[in-house]
Amino acid sequence: MKSFDYARADSAEAAVADGGSEGTKFIAGGTNLLDLMKLQVETPARLIDISRLDLASVEATEAGGLSIGALVPNADLAAHEVVRRDYPVLSRALLAGASGQLRNKASTGGNLLQRTRCYYFYDTTSACNKRAPGSGCAAIGGFNRIMAVLGTSDQCIATHPSDMAVAMAALEATVVTLKADGDRRRIALADFHRLPGDTPHIETVLEPGELITHVELPPAPKGRQVYRKVRDRASYAFALVSIAGIVAVEDGRIASAALAFGGLAHKPWRDPAVEAALVGHTPGDAAFAVAADALLADARGFGSNDFKIPLARRTLIATLRELTA
Amino acid sequence: MTKRPDQPAATARLDASVQGLIGTALDRIDGPAKVTGTARYAFEHQGDAPPLYGHIVGATIGCGRVEQVDAAAARAAPGVALVIADDPRLVSDSASGSEDALPAYTREIGYFGQPVALVLADTPEAARAAAALIRIDYTIADGRFDPPALHDAADPDPPRPLIPNRSIGDVDAAMAGAAFTVDAVYTTPHHMPAAMEPHATTAWWEGDRLTVHTSAQGLSGTQRMIAGSMGVPREQVRILSPFVGGGFGGKTGVVVEAVLAAMAARETGRRVKIALLRRQVAHLVHRRSETHQHVRLAADAEGRLTAIAQESIVSQKPGRGFIEPVAFGSLSLYAAPARRFTQALVHVDLPAASAVRAPGEAVGSFGLEIAIDELAEKLGIDPIELRRRNEPENDPMSGKPFSSRQLLACYEEGARRFGWERRSPVPAIRRDGRWWIGHGMAAAFRGNFTVESRARVTLAPDGRATVETDMTDIGTGTYTILAQVAGEMLGLPARDVAVVLGDSALPVSAGSGGSFGAGSSGSAVALACQTIVERLAERMGVEPDAMTLKDGHAIAGNRRVPLADLLGGEALSVEGHATPGAHTRSVAQASYGAHFCEVAVDAVTGEVRVRRMLGVFDCGRVLNLKTTRSQMIGGMIWGIGYALGEEGVIDARTGQFVNPDFGEYHIPVHADVPHLDVHFVGEADGWANEVGAKAAGELGIAGAGAAVANAIYNACGVRVRDMPITLDKLIAGLPEA
Repeated sequence: MKSFDYARADSAEAAVADGGSEGTKFIAGGTNLLDLMKLQVETPARLIDISRLDLASVEATEAGGLSIGALVPNADLAAHEVVRRDYPVLSRALLAGASGQLRNKASTGGNLLQRTRCYYFYDTTSACNKRAPGSGCAAIGGFNRIMAVLGTSDQCIATHPSDMAVAMAALEATVVTLKADGDRRRIALADFHRLPGDTPHIETVLEPGELITHVELPPAPKGRQVYRKVRDRASYAFALVSIAGIVAVEDGRIASAALAFGGLAHKPWRDPAVEAALVGHTPGDAAFAVAADALLADARGFGSNDFKIPLARRTLIATLRELTA
Repeated sequence: MTKRPDQPAATARLDASVQGLIGTALDRIDGPAKVTGTARYAFEHQGDAPPLYGHIVGATIGCGRVEQVDAAAARAAPGVALVIADDPRLVSDSASGSEDALPAYTREIGYFGQPVALVLADTPEAARAAAALIRIDYTIADGRFDPPALHDAADPDPPRPLIPNRSIGDVDAAMAGAAFTVDAVYTTPHHMPAAMEPHATTAWWEGDRLTVHTSAQGLSGTQRMIAGSMGVPREQVRILSPFVGGGFGGKTGVVVEAVLAAMAARETGRRVKIALLRRQVAHLVHRRSETHQHVRLAADAEGRLTAIAQESIVSQKPGRGFIEPVAFGSLSLYAAPARRFTQALVHVDLPAASAVRAPGEAVGSFGLEIAIDELAEKLGIDPIELRRRNEPENDPMSGKPFSSRQLLACYEEGARRFGWERRSPVPAIRRDGRWWIGHGMAAAFRGNFTVESRARVTLAPDGRATVETDMTDIGTGTYTILAQVAGEMLGLPARDVAVVLGDSALPVSAGSGGSFGAGSSGSAVALACQTIVERLAERMGVEPDAMTLKDGHAIAGNRRVPLADLLGGEALSVEGHATPGAHTRSVAQASYGAHFCEVAVDAVTGEVRVRRMLGVFDCGRVLNLKTTRSQMIGGMIWGIGYALGEEGVIDARTGQFVNPDFGEYHIPVHADVPHLDVHFVGEADGWANEVGAKAAGELGIAGAGAAVANAIYNACGVRVRDMPITLDKLIAGLPEA
C-alpha cells in the first residue's frame, strides 16, 4: 500500500472545497477503496474521511418520496421500514449484496461508486484500460465469465457490480451532489454512470471533488416489485444477471413497467424498448419474449460469458411472469 | 471390533474404555486459547525489537527469462531496509517432497509469480509499495499453460507415480462383449488448498541457531528443507508450529516465504516476518492438478461389473514429482475381473501440482461415482443395489482380505436415515415451485496408512500427564484426541493431561497429512502410555492386565492407590514409537463411507442449492465424536465446494491464475451449506494401528462431490461431466423455462 495523507472533513462544504485536488479521494465505509488500495489498484495520495458528516439519515421528501443520506449504511437502508414497505425492490437488492459485515459498513454513496470486480482490473500485472488507461483490455480474449454483454466497447467489457444501484435505476432515483463551487446538482441515476466507450476509467458524470450527499426516491411506484439476482453461490457473489422489476397490471394489461438489469453492462442497464414492448400489452409469454428480444438484440458475448445472453432471457421472462402473475 | 491375532495391549485398554474418555465428544482442549487469542500463530511472534517485514516480488510472466532487474527505486523507497533482487540468495520455488532444500534461484521463469526479488521494510505496507517500484525486463517465451491442448503429447507412463499404472485382464474385450457399458470423459479443474491462515513465517537467528515460527503440517521435513536451504545442520534449526490455521495439503511442504524469511533474518541480523498475500498463495504454494478422466464400465445383464477402467491425464511442472493419483479411491471400490487404472502426464509451465485435500479420491471419485450412477440408470436398477452387487469379497487389486470394511452398512444405514426409498428413479420428476428436486449418492473410499511417529509421555510426580510430540494440530483436533488417548490409557481425566505440539525439539511424528495423523500419532502416545502402564503395574506388583487405571488411581484386587503414591516423587517419562508393522502388509486397509445428497435446481436459471446431505462413515474407532464429526462435515463442505464452485482459472495466454482470491474462487459460504448429518458405523480396527482408528479427515471429501453431481442429474436430468457444475452448464441442457 502506498503512503497517503489522511484528513477528516468537518462539513460537506469543507470536503468538496478540499476534494478536487489531484489524487484525492473521499472515503466513507472503505469496503471497496481500502481493498483496492492494498492491491495498489487505487493509489490515492490523499483521503478525505467523510464518514462523520451528518448525512446518515433517511427522511421523507415534500414530493412524497424518500431522501437517503449518502452515509446511510446499506444494512440500515435495507431494514428501514419505509423502504421495506414502499420500495421492497431496493431492500431486497441491498440484502442480495455483499455480506452482513460489509453491509453494516458500506455507505449508500459508496455503493454507487464501487469499482468493477473484473479479474484483470484487480490484477496490477494485467492490461486494463480502466486501471491504467491505454494499456489495453485483458478481459477481451481472456476469461470473462462475469463481464458485460451489453454496451461494451473495444476498450472495456467490465460490469458495474452494485445490486443497490440496479434497484435505484428501476425506481428512477436521483443522485444529489454538492460541487466544489458550492452548487448542488441533481442527476438521474440512469445518467449517473457512464458506458465505457474510449474512457472506461471515467465511470460516472461526477466532476472532481463533487460529493454525493443524498439519493432521492420518487413516491412509491404502483405495481409489484421484484429483485431477482442470479449468482454462482447463495451469498457473497456478484450478479451474473440481476433484474429489478416494477410492473403494474390494470384491466388485464400492463399499465407501467420499469426494468433495470445488473451484471450485463458497465452501468445499471435500462432500455426503453424493453418497457415499450410490455406497456399496453397483455401479460404473457408472447409479450415477454418480445421484451427479451428487445433487451438482447445487441447483446454480444466474449466467450466465457456467452451464457449470460440466454440466462438473461430466461431470467427476464420468469421475472415478468412473477411480476404479472 | 476387528482384532488381529497379536492384538496389542494398548488397543485392548482403549477397547475397555474404563476412564470413559476415548471417543467422547470432548470439546477442543485448545479451544479457549483460540477464542481468546492467546493461541499465537506464526505471524504473531513480534519480539522485543521491531521486526522487518518481507514482501516477495514474483515474475509477471509465466515462461521466459529475467534479463535485467532494476531495484534502485525500491531501495530508495521510504522504510526500506534491504532489497535482494535477482540474487542467488533467493529461492525459485517451494518444495513438497523429500528434497533437502528448496530449488535455487534462477533467471529461467517456469511459472507465473516465481520469486525474483525480496523487499524488506519497516512495515508490510512499505515493503509492498516499494516492491511495485522494481522493474524487471524479460524475454518472454511461449509457455505451456493449457494442459488439455497438450494431451496428445502426454507421457503415458511417467516416472515416480504415487500409484503405478495397473492393468488386470482385458478391459477392451469386456467392453465389446458387455450387456451395458458406460464410456465417458470426466474433467476437473485446478483446485487451490485455500486455508484461512495464509502461509506465514517469523524467523530470527541467535548466533548460528535459527528459530522459525511457520505454518506447517509437518515439522520434520520443514526443518530438513529449511536447514538444507540455509546450509546449516538441522540441529541448529528449531521449527515451531503449535497452531496452524488450516492446511488442506498446502502446508505439507515448505513454501518460499519460510526460507526467504530465514535468509533475510541472517542477512539483516533482525527478526523477519513474511506472510503471503492471498493472491500469492495461489501461485507460490501449489495447486491440485486439473484432471481428464476417461472412465469405462462394462456390466453383464444383472449389473455385475466385468470391467472398470479409469485412465487419466494430469499435469505437473517439470522437475516436480507429484502426480495426482486420480484412481486412488477407485482401485479397490468394486469387484470386476478386468481392471485398468492409468495416469498419463503433461508437463506445463504452471505452479507445481501437489497434495490438496484428498489427493486422488476427491476428483477421481467424481469420475468413477458418476459413471456408476450412469450405469445404474442404464441397467434400470437402484444405484445402491448396483454397488451392493459389485461389493468385492477381498481386495480386487491384491487379493488380500480387508482388515475391516463396513461399506454395505454405510449404504444401508445411510439409505434408512436419508429416506433413499423416496428418491425418484426417473430424473426431472420432482418439483418444489421453481425448483427441480433431486437425490443422489456416492461411495467414499480413503486408504489407511500408518506412518512412523514418536511421542513422549511424562507422568509427573503429582500424577498428571504431559504428551509431547512435534505433531501438528491444523484445526483437526489433534490436541484433544491425544489427550483422550493418554487419559484413557493412564486413567486420567482430560484436565489432567497436557499436550504440547508443534515444536521440532520434540519427538518426531507423522505430521498432519494423508489422514494418517490421528492413527499414527495416537499410536505413538498409546505405546508410550502402555510402557508406563507396565511400569506402574510392576510397582503395584501385578500383571498389567490385572490393573485398572481410573481417575488418577491404580486399582488391583482390593487396592486403590493414587498414582502420585506409586510415583514416589519421581516422574515417569517414556517415548512411544509407532511404526506401520509387518501385520499391515497382510491385509488391505481403508476407510469407507456413503454420501447422500438432496439438491434443488432452479428450473429457470440452473442455480443449484444443496438442501441436505448425510454422510455415513466407517473410519474405525472414532477417537472424538465431535472433532471427527467436524472433520467429516468439513469434507462434505469441500464436496459441495468442488462440485459447484471451485475452479482455479488459468489465463492460457499468461499462465497466471485469473481468480486467486475468495471473491472469485468460489468456496461455499454459509448460505451454501445446509444441515449436514454425519453418522459413524465403524468399529475399532486392530489391524490399522494401536488405537484402532482408520483414516478420517479426507474420507469426508471422497465421493461427496459425486453425490452432489448425481443429485443434480436426478433433479433436472442434465448430466454434467465437467466440474464444477455451474449454472451455465445446466441451462444449456434445461428445457425452455
